[in-house]
Amino acid sequence: MKSLLLCGVGGQGTVLASRILAQAAMEEGKFARTAETIGMAQRGGCVVSHVRIDSKDCSPLVPLKKADILIAFEPGEAVRNLPYLKPEGIVIVCDNPICPVTASLAGIEYDSRKMIDYIKSKVERVIVVDGNKICEECGSSKVVNVALVGTIIKTGAAELSEESVKKVLKDKLKPEFLEMNMKALTLGMEYAI
Amino acid sequence: MKELLMGNEAIALGAIMAGVKVVAGYPGTPSTEVLETIAKRNPGKIHVEWSTNEKSALEVAAGAAYTGARSIVTMKQVGLNVASDPLMSLNYVGVKGGMVVYVADDPGPISSQTEQDTRHFGKYAKIPVFDPATPEEAYEMIQDAFAYSEKYGMPVFFRATTRVCHSCATIDVGEFPEPTEGEGFIKDTSRWVIFPKLSYESKKKLEAREVELAKEFSKLKYNFITGTGRIGIACGGVSRAYVCEAVNDLDENKDIFSIFNVGTPYPFPEDAALEFINSIDKLICFEELDPVIEDAFTYLLGKHNIKLEILGKRTMDVPNAGELGVVSITKILAGLTGKEYTESQERFKDLPDIPGRPPVLCAGCPHRASFYAVKQAMKGRKAIFCGDIGCYTLGNAAPLDMTDTCLCMGAGITIAEGLDYAEFDKDDRSVKFAFVGDSTFFASGITGVINGVYNKANIVVCVLDNSTTAMTGHQPHPGIGKTMMGDVSNAISIPKVLEAIGLTKVVTVDPLNQEEAINAVKELADLPGVKAIIFKSPCVAIVKTKKSAEVDRDKCIGCKKCINELGCPALYMKDGRACIDKALCTDCGLCKTVCPVKCIKEEA
Repeated sequence: MKSLLLCGVGGQGTVLASRILAQAAMEEGKFARTAETIGMAQRGGCVVSHVRIDSKDCSPLVPLKKADILIAFEPGEAVRNLPYLKPEGIVIVCDNPICPVTASLAGIEYDSRKMIDYIKSKVERVIVVDGNKICEECGSSKVVNVALVGTIIKTGAAELSEESVKKVLKDKLKPEFLEMNMKALTLGMEYAI
Repeated sequence: MKELLMGNEAIALGAIMAGVKVVAGYPGTPSTEVLETIAKRNPGKIHVEWSTNEKSALEVAAGAAYTGARSIVTMKQVGLNVASDPLMSLNYVGVKGGMVVYVADDPGPISSQTEQDTRHFGKYAKIPVFDPATPEEAYEMIQDAFAYSEKYGMPVFFRATTRVCHSCATIDVGEFPEPTEGEGFIKDTSRWVIFPKLSYESKKKLEAREVELAKEFSKLKYNFITGTGRIGIACGGVSRAYVCEAVNDLDENKDIFSIFNVGTPYPFPEDAALEFINSIDKLICFEELDPVIEDAFTYLLGKHNIKLEILGKRTMDVPNAGELGVVSITKILAGLTGKEYTESQERFKDLPDIPGRPPVLCAGCPHRASFYAVKQAMKGRKAIFCGDIGCYTLGNAAPLDMTDTCLCMGAGITIAEGLDYAEFDKDDRSVKFAFVGDSTFFASGITGVINGVYNKANIVVCVLDNSTTAMTGHQPHPGIGKTMMGDVSNAISIPKVLEAIGLTKVVTVDPLNQEEAINAVKELADLPGVKAIIFKSPCVAIVKTKKSAEVDRDKCIGCKKCINELGCPALYMKDGRACIDKALCTDCGLCKTVCPVKCIKEEA
């Protein structure tokens, strides 16, 4: 079984990313589960999507210490969810901080460099993805989720093939967005080489 | 075809497979997607509607089932409280076509006011309860629920919880059949008109049915035993998935534990449970919300004079509030068997504190402007702000701090009235505001306004009209002029309804025009009786704009007033100056009115 935990801030597209991964697994004939945050927390709160592949008799939620890969759309959320990571697990983190309103109000410094340094000091394999750069290159602010999917599959840790992900993208996305997302997928994959 | 389906989608497709003909409901997390999915996948002949509230929805579904057609009504657990009046009586009258009452419970709670347990409601109302553990089981179970309902002429509960409703699984979906057409309504006053005599006769039948169903359910495939160990575990709903994983981790040889899975908590499958009791030395119960299964076992032991140790919520071995999970269950089971288990990791023991990220009103949300206008207008005056259920409950957070009370759907209005009556003989009375959303207004606000006018309350009703049911994912409602079938209908005008009720004054303002809004609040606050301000501006998640504002960093004095007054997620400080996140900002303009040096302008 492979367990993936995707985390971020409401509105960043974690749900779509988890669905793409689960459907790619199904393309390969594997049983997949996901669990998502839906409801009030989507309004700018913390969101977490769980993906479990080859997972007939198990919880839909990834328990602490059981994630093979932690995929964070935001550095602070990566730190918050580190306890879910397996001892040998991989962290993929998008270096694009979103300052919580509570921090702005309290005047607390929100420094993503420090957070990423902490993760690097604790975890052997950490991949930092420059989300802004990918968005600029693709000409859209909405492609981070697909780029991160690219990074995930290229690590090999999810045991999903590029072909099955591409097939899901073709089935799922509107034709006018396909090329842009295929580019994001490729750019995301480059970070894991 | 194999599909990745969310629990709620699986339930919807299961209902279509069962030939459902009429579908009614009121949105509420985590139940909403059942009705939406039936509407989206409607093969053509299914009537699907968002009703004004859960009581209306349940009655609609009951009427349809009187004809012999199959129907489903969907709601969240607190919606069941609203629908309980017709439901309690309906079980005495019965139905002809299969009728499923789908209720989503919310352990945690994650998006609800209460941790109430619909399994209790089943017992109380004497209505059978089906309780799926996974989306794939839910898909199958709902079809059986329809069949049982029709076989016994009774409504049945289909109860799921958040982690079943909102998790996805791989499910093989069949070809959709045509909906069941009933024989039509056949007049029979001895059957369809509830009178004490009918109720007396029905009560006897309900009691007999409970016994019969308990026997039948003991053989049902959803109530089953796995494993052969002498430590018994009883569980139901999503707890079964957690237990499975915990047991897999702890019991490699599969000889320590055995598990009794309860798919129908009411009527409790006593015969199957007795068989289980006789094969174990000790029992521990894992279930979320209330100890329903645990109490059923305790009752059974007493009834049969059996001595067995039961651990659970009653013995404080299992937490009695909040969700369960693999970690909490593994910990408890490890403790019982003397195994080592720790969920923490030494390497993360110095994990830095990350500031919390509670949900907030979106950047550009018109509710922020409405709250801010009322706050500005009432500066220095005694005022109480009664809130209600919807996105605008988030108006309670700092820095707005504009929600002093919140109880249930529609209560803001009537709570404000009660606050007013309590000081009716005082001179120094505070101004009472009741904030209510447009969908909530139709669901259960109107009767409260009528009550206030009739009984001469002094309140200001603020209808936050963003032309949608925003919090649950933008469902249409009676004020929109669009139905769930995609038809155009007569849009019911909120100001006209209020005018017809006879309020002292009704005004409509654009909250983004702060000056106009503040003046309206000031004027209405001092009028007697019930007054209403409709703050009309569309939800930013629906009407999207490409515009955003920007800060002239040379002019910004770094006073933080925009951040400290508004708490907008698009605003943050960088190098001592305010900054705007272009991806979030909608250029609503509220921060421009707040900025003392006018350094914020529309982006060029």
